[in-house]
Amino acid sequence: MTALFALVKTQVRLYLSNRRALLVNLVAPIAIAGFFGAVFGSGETKPVHVPVAVVDLDQSTVSKAVTTGLQGDPALDVQTIDEAAALEAVRRGRVRVAVILPRGFGEQASRALFSRSTKPEVRIEFDPSQSMALSLVRGLLAQHSMQAVFSGSFMGADGARNLDQTLRAIDQGNSGIEEDERKVLKDLLGSVRALQDRRQSDGSSRGSLGGGAGFAMPYSLQERAATSTLDRKYNGFAHAFAGMGVQFVLFAGIELGIGILVARRLGLWARLRAAPLTRSTVLGSYVVSGTLIASCLMGLIFTAAILGFGVRVDGSGVGFVGVTLAFSLLTATFGLLLAALGKTPEATRGLAILATLLLVMLGGAWVPTFVFPQWLQQATVVVPVRWAVDGFDAMTWRGLGLEAAIAPIGVMLGFSLLFAAVAIWRFRWRE
Amino acid sequence: MLSVSGLNKSYGGRAVVAGAGFDVGRGEIVGLLGPNGAGKTTTVAMICGLVAAEAGQVLIDGRAIQGDADPAKRRIGLAPQELALYEELSARANLSLFASLYGLDRETRRQKIDAALRLVGLAERAGERVSAYSGGMKRRLNIACALVHDPDIVILDEPTVGVDPQSRNAIFDNLVELRARGKAILYTTHYMEEAERLCDRIVIIDAGRVIANDSVAALLARLPVASVIEIDLDGSVDTDAVRALPGVQEVTLANGRLTVGATSITATAPALLDWLGRRGCNIRHVSTGRASLEQLFLSLTGRTLRD
Repeated sequence: MTALFALVKTQVRLYLSNRRALLVNLVAPIAIAGFFGAVFGSGETKPVHVPVAVVDLDQSTVSKAVTTGLQGDPALDVQTIDEAAALEAVRRGRVRVAVILPRGFGEQASRALFSRSTKPEVRIEFDPSQSMALSLVRGLLAQHSMQAVFSGSFMGADGARNLDQTLRAIDQGNSGIEEDERKVLKDLLGSVRALQDRRQSDGSSRGSLGGGAGFAMPYSLQERAATSTLDRKYNGFAHAFAGMGVQFVLFAGIELGIGILVARRLGLWARLRAAPLTRSTVLGSYVVSGTLIASCLMGLIFTAAILGFGVRVDGSGVGFVGVTLAFSLLTATFGLLLAALGKTPEATRGLAILATLLLVMLGGAWVPTFVFPQWLQQATVVVPVRWAVDGFDAMTWRGLGLEAAIAPIGVMLGFSLLFAAVAIWRFRWRE
Repeated sequence: MLSVSGLNKSYGGRAVVAGAGFDVGRGEIVGLLGPNGAGKTTTVAMICGLVAAEAGQVLIDGRAIQGDADPAKRRIGLAPQELALYEELSARANLSLFASLYGLDRETRRQKIDAALRLVGLAERAGERVSAYSGGMKRRLNIACALVHDPDIVILDEPTVGVDPQSRNAIFDNLVELRARGKAILYTTHYMEEAERLCDRIVIIDAGRVIANDSVAALLARLPVASVIEIDLDGSVDTDAVRALPGVQEVTLANGRLTVGATSITATAPALLDWLGRRGCNIRHVSTGRASLEQLFLSLTGRTLRD
């Protein structure tokens, strides 16, 4: 035990004496996670204000209502300009999407509600590099168009005129609707028209269906982030710190492996081997010191996350410690594996960094795995880093219990065992 | 105390060590002398268990080392050819680590570290980072790390490479003191002067084979020449004619230096200088000395140690 303790102590002291490694493994993840967390989500639900251009070629009541609706939407920053300017704005990236409402939009859209007449064609020009905005604009356009078209079809003078036109079209058989359906539809629209007349004759201010409420979304939304506790907002820094912590602690694992190769080159390995030590004592000391260093690094990174960025371990504290220790062991055995497979420190460092970057990329340390294609989400189950990131996510912002940590811990311990076994098998113990 | 016999090792089909064998006794310094690539370091590595021997055995007081953790390994202290030190740590921290590997308790460790530091003259700078040391100081610390657990057998692999004369003398003094304490010391080097000066016995190794193993005096007695006369001159001379002079046994002429092996300097030198003077040779420098291991190695292998 004296020898093991001395080796572990020395390796930890050596690591601490390497200021550059400390800077890379500790300061860099905190800084980068802080940046990513701030950019990609800090839990705030402020409007995103996607810049959008609307070109209203129709200038009808309905098209104006659509434009007004879009302008009032907090998710959008709408400017109304002419068509050429809108296209140019999209091309130059000043707006993400341009919506062009064609001439006759209001009339055609209202008619198309109850007949098979020609539908107006709304053109959308979008910036392909910002295609995420397209879905948002498409959804909001549908919402505001339906509201405007329904209002235009049923409310006020325009609504009455539209209903009359539609009823005439049904009578004349120009609607393209089957005979039996025409009767039913005519009864429905006739009832709506009668209701409009009655309200107008009442002089009621309730000049619309629904008792003055107008046509609106038929439900209200109560949005709540499904985090650990319902009164706590999602903290985007939690995932960023988990991802960056995992990445840079793995870099510490690389340093461990490189350290073994350098020790071999310097003759230190010969000196260690000349002493009455078993292979398990020497290699085990690297695993213990690597686990210790990785645990402390991860602990310090999350301490910074908690103190500086409001991250909380909302899940099981025991689970968090378990995930940290399992990941630390994984890091140490990863370093040992590199030392076993690597030949020179220089060549090994390059390949190891590449391998680590691939692991963290596929493991969801940079971007969450749910944005991956389905096949990749399934494939990355074999990437140990993914289990580390998922485990930290589960124990922090997801606020899950110890049971959610069991699988990540188990898988990481399994990988650690595999790495250690291959390392011991492949390690050049004798020259 | 240390007995090596029949050691074999080959890499890629090439024999690096072939049947090497020798003994090192208590209170004895044995020099393992040979040119670079002769197999000295591989031999040392096999003695310390760093390299698996294909054949042969290494015995410590008649007992072979069994396994990596055999306590008998505590009786060996190795100073590798490389500076096997943690440069980021202090000398004391280095010594503390290597002492701990041999299971010394805290108090014993402290005493042994102090003793090792005093021996190599680094006690006053023990707290400094090794990276701040000179090359000579690092070499001395490298040796101290091999001695800190007070082994019976000390193996030093080329311990003076790149060392200034002052540090080299300090190292020699340390080794002489260790010998006086009864340590068995195996000293590998390719510097014949060191081996001659320091070693009680010399094992000459070439191409993995031991080609001579005896005391310095006995080895020199094997030489056909007792003395060497070296003359730097301008121009060329007829070496066959020189060989015909009285008492001359060997003659070589290389790079303007005429090297003559003779049975006696007093008998041969005057005749040789007179002969060269009568032929108008411009003599720039003359030196004489007794025959060295260099001549022995030359006579045994046909090559110089520095080839």
